[in-house]
Amino acid sequence: MTQHIIYREKDIANIHQFDVYTQNGGYDGYKKALSIKPSEVIDEVKASGLRGRGGAGFPTGVKWSFIPQNEPIKYVAVNADESEPGTFKDRQIMENNPHQLIEGALICAYAIQATAVYIYLRGEFWDLGHELDKQIDDAYKAGLIGKNVSGTGWDIDVYTHLGAGAYICGEESALLNSLEGKLGQPRVRPPFPAQKGGGLYGEPTVVNNVETLAAVPFIMREGAAAYKVIGTEKSPGTKIFCLSGNVTKPGNYELPLGTTFRELIYEHAGGIADGKQIKAILPSGASGPIVPATDQVLDTPLTYEDMDKIGTVLGSASIIILDETVDIVWAASKMVKFFKHESCGKCTPCREGTYWLDKVVDRILAGQGKAADVDLINNVAKNMAGTTLCALGDFAANPILATIRHFPDDFKKHVDVVQVEESKPAVKAPARAGGAAQGRAGRASATSPTSSGD
Amino acid sequence: MLAEKYAERIQRTLSKYPDKRSAVMPMLYIAQEEYGWVSPEGINEVAVICEMDPTQVKSIAGFYTMYSEQPKGKYWLQVCTDLPCALRGADEFHKALKAELNVQEGGTTADGMFTIEHVMCLAACDKAPMLQCNFHFHESLDMDKMKTLIEQWRSEAAQTK
Repeated sequence: MTQHIIYREKDIANIHQFDVYTQNGGYDGYKKALSIKPSEVIDEVKASGLRGRGGAGFPTGVKWSFIPQNEPIKYVAVNADESEPGTFKDRQIMENNPHQLIEGALICAYAIQATAVYIYLRGEFWDLGHELDKQIDDAYKAGLIGKNVSGTGWDIDVYTHLGAGAYICGEESALLNSLEGKLGQPRVRPPFPAQKGGGLYGEPTVVNNVETLAAVPFIMREGAAAYKVIGTEKSPGTKIFCLSGNVTKPGNYELPLGTTFRELIYEHAGGIADGKQIKAILPSGASGPIVPATDQVLDTPLTYEDMDKIGTVLGSASIIILDETVDIVWAASKMVKFFKHESCGKCTPCREGTYWLDKVVDRILAGQGKAADVDLINNVAKNMAGTTLCALGDFAANPILATIRHFPDDFKKHVDVVQVEESKPAVKAPARAGGAAQGRAGRASATSPTSSGD
Repeated sequence: MLAEKYAERIQRTLSKYPDKRSAVMPMLYIAQEEYGWVSPEGINEVAVICEMDPTQVKSIAGFYTMYSEQPKGKYWLQVCTDLPCALRGADEFHKALKAELNVQEGGTTADGMFTIEHVMCLAACDKAPMLQCNFHFHESLDMDKMKTLIEQWRSEAAQTK
């Protein structure tokens, strides 16, 4: 790819500076938007086919069009909570090309005639959040934010808000609760955030991911047609692929949607580290189903529709590579521990399920499990999927359901050991699960003395 | 008292939101900055500022990992050991760091300098092993680099004594 749409710092030095950004077409998309009707902005974004980059892939323009026109107070909430294991793309946008996010958020705000934008950053982006405040000030000083922007009669404010370490706050309704000073737990829907009663402070709200909004200035400046020629028909544009794990050159790669795993891993990222063979791919962090790295999988284009065909999801494209030496049960255990810690504790299947999965997977990993334990975790995971208020319940089931489906032998190796050793009386009984008091679920009631769970 | 000492910052923060409760998270950061942790007096003061019940403030403090509900060392080291980092040696790094400072998981060194704990993904997977120290990232680490950092922090602390 010759030119970057999002990571423009790769083509233009110092684009994080306001002056450099504006000298290179920065805020031109916003100015163009301000010169046309809000509904025309929405139509343009709809026509581009841009889909949400936070994970769900929902068409962005359609999301904006759900906002009722006649409500006096409306909000844009930018999801900069980037917390999925394997995701580090939004951070790079905000570090190196922050004005493009601010511009995208402003275009969205104008399109829905919002009264304020809140950028919700994960608390760990502490330094970044304070830098972003300065960039926002630059845009205020230039008259791009504030009262009666460009004589349109429209007022807008932009604020940052730092979270404090909770994966669940990347879930849109939990994010809104957290912004309101409540526990970051998902809400019952409907009403959805776009509806009266469902958004921030009960007002209609668009919640968009950083990468999604950072794509919007190009669409407004160059037009939807210019965006649509990149990528595939159903998945237009570029996507940032966050590559981590056992690759030679981990990092963020902005490439057209439709690039294959093979091109990404072997042409761009230098292949598997230390000359090893690839074993498996997690295309969407810990939350998307794992796939074995077969030739068919490696040649699959990275699009929303093609990931579906191989039984997984594109999600936020946080691609974790596992080489031949990785024990999939160990990897599953790592992911289960993550979800156990990050379950907000609101829904029973997720709160209790993650706890039990962790206990039993640890038992299997320690060589103390039985073949029936594999069936047990499969059964627990099945009962979590689809039974919770938010998608975290499904996400937390995937590390078990998909690993057992694709790598049964890795599990068998651990339980086989047990069957040989079972005649020995000295095998210690696994510790009894004592309730989910160690993770966030316990801390939600402020009863746990620990600050980092397990 | 936070309300007097941080009056300007508190006012500026409150002005961002249509209600006071929304400022509870930034206020807890201020309390932590002042007292070194979210102490009972900090919780009570935040409750007054945000017009909330102290119990509600306490539940917010308990929900998030970046609020410390007990005193920590001067340098609070949080090592990411999640899957992407672990694939690049984070578990071994975390273990070696604890051995270097002779401290258990979640514990603080005898001189009160360092608290070490592992945390969930910090969005720096391509630069593992990594950690955050008092909310600032340190990336692409190994034990040699870590020893240099520890020395730096020690001399920094000696100077500010």
